[in-house]
Amino acid sequence: MATAQSALHSATAHDDHEHHDNFITKYIFSTDHKMIGKQFLVTGIFWALIGGFLSVLFRLQLGFPEMDMSFLKPILGGWIDDTGALNPEFYLALVTMHGTIMVFFVLTAGLSGTFSNFLIPLQIGARDMASGFMNMLSYWFFFISGVIMFISLFLETGPAAGGWVVYPPLSALEQAIPGSGMGMTLWLIAMTFFIASSLLGGINYITTVINLRTKGMSFSKLPLTIWSFFLTAVIGLLSFPVLFAAALLLVFDRSFGTSFYLSDIYIGGEALSNTGGSAVLYQHLFWFLGHPEVYIVLLPALGITSEVIATNSRKPIFGYKAMIISMLGITILSFVVWAHHMFVSGLNPFLGSIFMFLTLIIAIPSAVKVFNYLTTLWRGNLIFTPAMLFSIGLVSFFISGGLTGIFLGNSAIDIQLHDTYFVVAHFHLVMGSASFFGLMAGVYHWFPKMFGRMMDAKLGYIHFWLTFIGVYLVFFPMHYIGIAGFPRRYYTWTNFEFSSMYTDLNMFISIAAILTFVAQFIFLFNFFYSMYRGRKASLNPWRSNTLEWTTPLHPGHGNWPGEIPSVYRWPYDYSKPGAKEDFIMQTVPLSATPESNLPHEQELVKLEKEIISEEEEVLIANESRES
Amino acid sequence: MSTTATAVGVSSKRGIWGGGNEPLKASYGKLMMWFFLLSDIFTFAAFLITYAAIRVSYPAYTGSADNFVGSNEYWPIPELVFEAIPFVHGLHAPLVFVGIMTFILILSSVTMVLAVEAGHRNDRNDVVKWMLWTILGGATFLSCQAWEWGHFIHGTDSGTVLTYVNSLNQLVTETVFGANMYVNEYGPAPFAQLFFFITGFHGFHVTLGVALLFMVFYQAAVGTYEERGHYEMVEKIGLYWHFVDLVWVFVFTFFYLI
Repeated sequence: MATAQSALHSATAHDDHEHHDNFITKYIFSTDHKMIGKQFLVTGIFWALIGGFLSVLFRLQLGFPEMDMSFLKPILGGWIDDTGALNPEFYLALVTMHGTIMVFFVLTAGLSGTFSNFLIPLQIGARDMASGFMNMLSYWFFFISGVIMFISLFLETGPAAGGWVVYPPLSALEQAIPGSGMGMTLWLIAMTFFIASSLLGGINYITTVINLRTKGMSFSKLPLTIWSFFLTAVIGLLSFPVLFAAALLLVFDRSFGTSFYLSDIYIGGEALSNTGGSAVLYQHLFWFLGHPEVYIVLLPALGITSEVIATNSRKPIFGYKAMIISMLGITILSFVVWAHHMFVSGLNPFLGSIFMFLTLIIAIPSAVKVFNYLTTLWRGNLIFTPAMLFSIGLVSFFISGGLTGIFLGNSAIDIQLHDTYFVVAHFHLVMGSASFFGLMAGVYHWFPKMFGRMMDAKLGYIHFWLTFIGVYLVFFPMHYIGIAGFPRRYYTWTNFEFSSMYTDLNMFISIAAILTFVAQFIFLFNFFYSMYRGRKASLNPWRSNTLEWTTPLHPGHGNWPGEIPSVYRWPYDYSKPGAKEDFIMQTVPLSATPESNLPHEQELVKLEKEIISEEEEVLIANESRES
Repeated sequence: MSTTATAVGVSSKRGIWGGGNEPLKASYGKLMMWFFLLSDIFTFAAFLITYAAIRVSYPAYTGSADNFVGSNEYWPIPELVFEAIPFVHGLHAPLVFVGIMTFILILSSVTMVLAVEAGHRNDRNDVVKWMLWTILGGATFLSCQAWEWGHFIHGTDSGTVLTYVNSLNQLVTETVFGANMYVNEYGPAPFAQLFFFITGFHGFHVTLGVALLFMVFYQAAVGTYEERGHYEMVEKIGLYWHFVDLVWVFVFTFFYLI
């Protein structure tokens, strides 16, 4: 029983040291998962603003190519020339940095980092992550990565400019473009830190979910959020190392004279010494991460949506097991479809058809998830909180963006549409906007748990509708521009006869993009204002079932003041026939609700009682020993 | 957080995956090591796939082994490249030295197992003894690798006449001795590049391993683990060490045998 005492001790120790936290241990070098989650969130919001601002800059160029941008000189300095035109090299850097920042810093660290950290211990009933120290390191590696990437924005030669995929030889040779100089070096260093950060985080998430679930919290009783974070971490754990390998080989090609990716290159009529490498090899290594990365970004958003939609439909999630199996299927399939990004790389068409087949299979689990969302909403008592609206928005984007995925998964169509704005429209809807809406849903939904106050719902509605309509106004027209054949990453479109007729559509997109970006400041105001001045939240404002709502309003380090509650049922007992209320929390034993138990649950009551009495005996024995 | 705390007061009727316990019977630290190793497998796999992809893009040497000369037109026969042993100049001893190296590394895995086993018995002296042997094995392996690299860089007495584009982008024909990142006397440039990169990355892992082993050895020696009541740290570092060993078997297979 010595171990039992140490368990109690560690519990009380956690409560104790809450009192003598100073500013630095509480807000900066915190090992509390809740604070680390908030650190990720605020950093993610910061990066989202930078990434969004960069997109506004290049949208100005695309929508108004003749525009005099001299008014941006105070910010961009030499990147605007004397005639007021944007520097074309810097345009490439803008799209590159927009992609890198949004994919990695906002939708990976900002989304998965925030909610995995914040919700995993709270929803599985743990006092903290398995290793709080590693968790802290994870944030600070991410922070260092961000600092390096931020510095690269201000280099004289500009940040990396080879596209977010940084394909060699463009990215490998300093002579190629200015952005392949110091900017690219810093990009690689920043990404190395980022990978270390996400590995530290991921290892922690997986271990915590396996080892630290509270009594009764079996995998079949886990909220779908936790399932999604768990599988996201698994995907990250297996795919990020490959990006690390690809990046390290690129570092050697750039700085140490190797030629892993380089062969037969002439610059200015002169042969380079590099022989024997393969640029396509980089594409394979990169997309082995790159494709799973899509699901690293999307799965947490889908998990959050499952939770929010079930709670606000006041109905059990439809097809709980089907949801888990779909996510498992997506996890596995995400590793075997990478070459669908490479249909035009000279890939053997037969191999292409295999990857096409595997890619199209992903439509099945994705469709299962969509139908489950729709059937959960069907005839529910819908409560349109801002979080609910954002979740429904996610489902909408997932459908409209997912349909074009079926187009692009076909190699025959992809070869026509490859690298056009059709692709841009597709992934901005299905991955970018959908995940962003998941992130927003999560913030609106768990804000009361994070800060003990409510966000303003009216501002939330305005924010939602402006963003929702804005996203469609931005990305829907892009499909047409893409079908018309316009390639992405081009500085200007007006030089070609076939594309100059789309100038007005581009202008339209740019205006919509700027308005959507401006609308985000409503959220920003709401977020920071509510943090201090928002209405005080009740303990369980959404009348939700999961464990985080059993903690005090401002949970300390250790989350629950006393014993961690045990779990007796799945998290989706909403509107159960016969029940007094329309929700039954996971901590309510089956034996306490005979009026609403289903026949198979009633059979489990006896076993449950035996377990409870057995565990109470141990508890009493411990207490008498303590006193 | 205590490693055994979670399993306290949980009814056995909850089942293995019922929560409140450690379903894989492993502490969080050990699980983390396993998952780290899983991700590291993918890093090494990516490198070995890179090796394979570049390797198969070159033709193999087709003539008889007796007439073999290095050329940047085809991939060399590894056992004719790695044939030297220290202190014996000019002896043809294919793969003997690397075989000894490999044997030493595997032996250090055996002593690691013995250290872990001693840890289970809470036998401080034995843990310290076997940790020391393991460190010695790791350090010997690294020294051997340093010699192997030195010899590879330094090259043979005769060298090979090659026509290639040098680092100043000029086409030259000259006798090449040893190896660097641009050219080597044994085979195509990527042959040496991959050798340096992959054995170097593995060597980096071993170096890190030796540093960690030393840390654990020190803590075991001063009695930190005895005070803690268990030698789990030895076990965790053991997992890492066996992994590094296993990876070497694959690296060895790719570079020396195929």
